[in-house]
Amino acid sequence: MNKALKRRGKTVVGVVLTALMLFPVYWMVNASFTTDANLRKNPPNLIPIGGTLAGYRAVLSQQLPYLSNSLLIGLLTVALTLVVSAPAGYALAKLRPKGGGILSFALLVAQMIPGIIMAMGFYAILLSTGWINTIPGLVVADSTIAVPFAVLIFTAFMSAIPEELLQAAVTDGAGRFRTFWSIVLPVSRNAVVTVSLFAFLWAWSDFVFASTLDSGGGNQPITLGIYHYIGNNDQQWNAIMATAVVASIPATVLLVIAQKYVAAGITAGSVKD
Amino acid sequence: MNNGSQTLDRSVRGRAGAANDAPASGRARRSRNRSSQLAAWAFLTPLTVYLLAFYAYPLYRNLDLSLRDYTVYSFVHGGAPFTGFANYTAVIHDPTFVKALVNTLLFTFISLLFQFTIGMALAVFFAQHFPLSPILRALFLVPWLLPLIVSASTWSWMLDSGSGVVNYGLHFLGIGPVNWLTSPSWSLASVIIANIWIGIPFNLVLLYSGIQAIPATLSEAAAIDGAGPWTKFRRITFPLLRPVSAITLMLGMVYTLKVFDIIWIMTKGGPVDASTTFATWSYRLGFGNLLPEFGPGAAVGNLLVVMALIAGLVYIRVQRRQAA
Repeated sequence: MNKALKRRGKTVVGVVLTALMLFPVYWMVNASFTTDANLRKNPPNLIPIGGTLAGYRAVLSQQLPYLSNSLLIGLLTVALTLVVSAPAGYALAKLRPKGGGILSFALLVAQMIPGIIMAMGFYAILLSTGWINTIPGLVVADSTIAVPFAVLIFTAFMSAIPEELLQAAVTDGAGRFRTFWSIVLPVSRNAVVTVSLFAFLWAWSDFVFASTLDSGGGNQPITLGIYHYIGNNDQQWNAIMATAVVASIPATVLLVIAQKYVAAGITAGSVKD
Repeated sequence: MNNGSQTLDRSVRGRAGAANDAPASGRARRSRNRSSQLAAWAFLTPLTVYLLAFYAYPLYRNLDLSLRDYTVYSFVHGGAPFTGFANYTAVIHDPTFVKALVNTLLFTFISLLFQFTIGMALAVFFAQHFPLSPILRALFLVPWLLPLIVSASTWSWMLDSGSGVVNYGLHFLGIGPVNWLTSPSWSLASVIIANIWIGIPFNLVLLYSGIQAIPATLSEAAAIDGAGPWTKFRRITFPLLRPVSAITLMLGMVYTLKVFDIIWIMTKGGPVDASTTFATWSYRLGFGNLLPEFGPGAAVGNLLVVMALIAGLVYIRVQRRQAA
């Protein structure tokens, strides 16, 4: 009895801590439904009484092109990341290439390079190739955030595939590509999901590359949509926060449908060798 | 799963080694080896090309930028004169340099200190498995998953001098309003607070998974010996968690050194360099002004790379030592 009470007490503490931690998120949602006049009121409304949808109407009328750009950029980044990293993961995990160690080391180092440095180099390159302010240019840059992580995940995951399974495929006369395509990839579905989720989320959230490589013209992503709002002198916090809520949808969906992959991804990126 | 895969991999490797030692026909083995190497590198070709084109080449261009005197014209048309380390000396003698260096270190270490301490406390708390703990733990991931621009603008709004909820809360406690983002004495603190909030989930997840790996029997034995929760933490959890803690901190350092988005979106490094770090300074030189100074911007960026790589190499060493 006493023990059950103690456990319930912990739950209460846990709920309070979580509420504290998520208060900024709540405050964003609250502001997204509050009129600009009420936002300047003191004391502030703790719940959006007399709420408004004006912020969301502003999103619909002004931010849709940004949102669809971000969606396209995210999907293309996922595709590029998978094409580059899945075969590499297979080779590093199962084919024991000479010089594979150097490649793995290069990937570790690559993860440590600050985005702003990559952005400056990419800026110089994209300017001379005419890919500045284009979707392919930004996709290439965004994929650099995900590729080292993706190779790591694929290598770790594919190392666990039993050799017998691959041997059986070879005995059946399958070549290495066939083995990769019809055995290794389907078995690695979880790794594919994890990598895709993170690659999409990082591309969707990217601000450094977007603001340096894609800040002019009609191909800008949603992060810049929000940034332009903030830059306005009459900061319309209602519209800014409504856009921020919409921009958070992918993260929320990800958490709801794929929570175990998220935690696995964070741990795999670091604790795994 | 990690350990399982490692042992599996090792046993498979061992078996393959045994097969190779068998007195099979040498030539056949060599040709099979060569074809297997060919296949391996065929699968690695996309990655290799990718790393050369989209990592090595941008880095090379960045290095080149930092060693030449670029103007907007020569940036587009080429022909910038080679100036050696002139950009680096200019940057190091710039009054912003010391400020940016101190801020980068303060930002990194204060962030890490709080992220790690809070993350550890939460990890220990959630490891107690009470009703609803898995779902609450999952909710703690939200700040880490939100786009940084969302978190940064939310914090900007909460720290707003006139209508921000933080100042309202302080008013409640009888403390006058603080100009969080616009006063030189508070802007660095503001961005650090936001960054701590974003980094807690990462620390929580890593440390929690580390605690999960500690055998429950140890803790039970300590409880039988009459150890209280604090003694258990100090004598068992914390020492056994040291490897995971080291990795969490090192990785956190590599990530925190390069934080750019939050600072730039909340304060642009201002007012007057009060919250400028190497990352925001580099960006401001290259992209923040009407007249870009790519050379010095790239030079600052490369100094940051050096710092990140030092932290990174320490991390790799720590990790290797633990794997061995």
